[in-house]
Amino acid sequence: MAGPEAFLPPAAACMGVVLPDPGQAHINGEIVHENVAIEEAARKLLRAKVPTLFPGPLVLWAWNETAVKKATAIYALYTALRAANKGALLIPMPDYRPKYPKINPEVEINPNHPNLTIWHNKIDVCMFVGVHCHQANLSLKIIRGGTDCYTIAMCAQAGHEDAMLSFRDATPEKINRLTEAVKRTSGEVSSNGRVSH
Amino acid sequence: MSSGKSLIGTVNKKGQRIVDPEYLFFEAPRQQYFMTGSEVTREAVRRASVDISVAYPITPQSEAAAMVGDLYVEGYVGDYFRGESEFAVMSQCAGASFGGARVFTTTSGPGTLRAYENFPMWVGSRLPILINVMVRGINSPLNIQPDTLELGMILDTGMLIWHAETGQELFDYILKGYLVAEQPDVHLPIAVVIDGFFVSHTKDILMIPSADLALPPYDPYRSPVPCMDMEVPPVRMMRDPFVMKSNYISYATHASWQQETRAACERSRKHTIRLLGGLIEEDNGDADILIVSSGTAVAQGREAARLLAAEGIRVGIVKIKTLRPFPTQEIIEATKHAKLIFVPEFNVVGWMAREIKAVIPDNHRVIAGPHVAGGMTMPPEVIVEEIKKAMVGVMEVAR
Repeated sequence: MAGPEAFLPPAAACMGVVLPDPGQAHINGEIVHENVAIEEAARKLLRAKVPTLFPGPLVLWAWNETAVKKATAIYALYTALRAANKGALLIPMPDYRPKYPKINPEVEINPNHPNLTIWHNKIDVCMFVGVHCHQANLSLKIIRGGTDCYTIAMCAQAGHEDAMLSFRDATPEKINRLTEAVKRTSGEVSSNGRVSH
Repeated sequence: MSSGKSLIGTVNKKGQRIVDPEYLFFEAPRQQYFMTGSEVTREAVRRASVDISVAYPITPQSEAAAMVGDLYVEGYVGDYFRGESEFAVMSQCAGASFGGARVFTTTSGPGTLRAYENFPMWVGSRLPILINVMVRGINSPLNIQPDTLELGMILDTGMLIWHAETGQELFDYILKGYLVAEQPDVHLPIAVVIDGFFVSHTKDILMIPSADLALPPYDPYRSPVPCMDMEVPPVRMMRDPFVMKSNYISYATHASWQQETRAACERSRKHTIRLLGGLIEEDNGDADILIVSSGTAVAQGREAARLLAAEGIRVGIVKIKTLRPFPTQEIIEATKHAKLIFVPEFNVVGWMAREIKAVIPDNHRVIAGPHVAGGMTMPPEVIVEEIKKAMVGVMEVAR
């Protein structure tokens, strides 16, 4: 394939993937009920060696009450993941500025070269939350093109085709439901993918 | 501007009731009016909760731009001024949109081209500005008459482009255009296009809801990019060495950025199909002979089909409502049984025929014409003659 698509995957929206409607989510482009996606996201995060949450500016700054509640919910999710797997990470995307000469991939992720953070930390499953949609799609496509990382988007708007699993209309309650699913499932799923009995 | 709270049911400073867009589009009682396209633009903007409009005179859009100025005086539009040129106007529109305002502007012909650099910039910056383009000739010697050549030139700027045939569509497209363009998954500029003079200065009957109703204001907090900040891309990228870097990361970011804006255009299909009832409109779509086009060319094609029907020749119409996103699958489906596909156009190059030829199989079926240009009218008889000429020796038509 010639042109940028030789190095980047085409945008999923241009490959016929459509976004879910309210109450729905998508997994690999297939529209599913949101509850199904919550269970699948929990399993993916728990089976990962380095499950990582990437919170963005919309939840890192206390610009309204909902943002504060979401930040609290995200930290609770991280705590639950960490309880199941000491390798879990929480790496912020504090802003979208191009960073020169380069970012420190241990402490942040940047939308313009998110692959550096993925590679450096050997992240195999990640979840974007609180990142503006344009920058999230920019990153999700670069991650899909250049890494083997499984991407999840907890989007407050319409969702992301360029993530492998995407929620829409994210609220603190929805994030809490994911945390509950992680807690509930953590006894059954280990990071080697086996189901314990 | 909204801070995320729904304002539906509240009253704005002009006393208009903010209503659910679905109610405004599909349920609110409508009254019949007889008005020019310029007046239609004014009435749509009156109900669109526009924060700012920037204007510059160029025929044939000057009248509509001046009427929007009247709306500012009356208090329906938050701010209004005249820019120094079309380039300045579109840059000022960008500034207002970067800052979180709902923006409206108009342009025509040479003005569109003078402003051109701004359109891809609006797209890359994800600015949902609505520009009402009233097309006119762009050639030298100077020509103020209707001609769609400029429309062919903006097709790949990345903007959404809807082409209205009638005053009614112009009214509806402006209001519905804001709703689609401002969706967080779309969030792109939109050109609502009409043919200059044919629509802008011709009176048409249309049904419009009360001026006491208005769209909810734009909510910039749903934007897929942050409001303007000199430290945040795209503004930072415009003045940053980032764009100058010759390295893979820089190229990949720019490529991913462009892919994302095209993806946003694709996402608009879902919203547009619901609001406009589809990206195309068909009339006798199963006929062997089809006329496929947009805008006034469709109106003339419809009249030609009527004349041919009187002679027992059945001709179908496929009207293209959205040029971007282009209704590729819809056109493939609508033309699959056609033996001859005529594409009448008001321009000298036939860009619409090129667009159609590029997406359908067996594109030898496409006859690029008839064409008129420079402001010439296209009498239906010209289309009839073209069709009859092509029919001879090409196909046997059931009479």
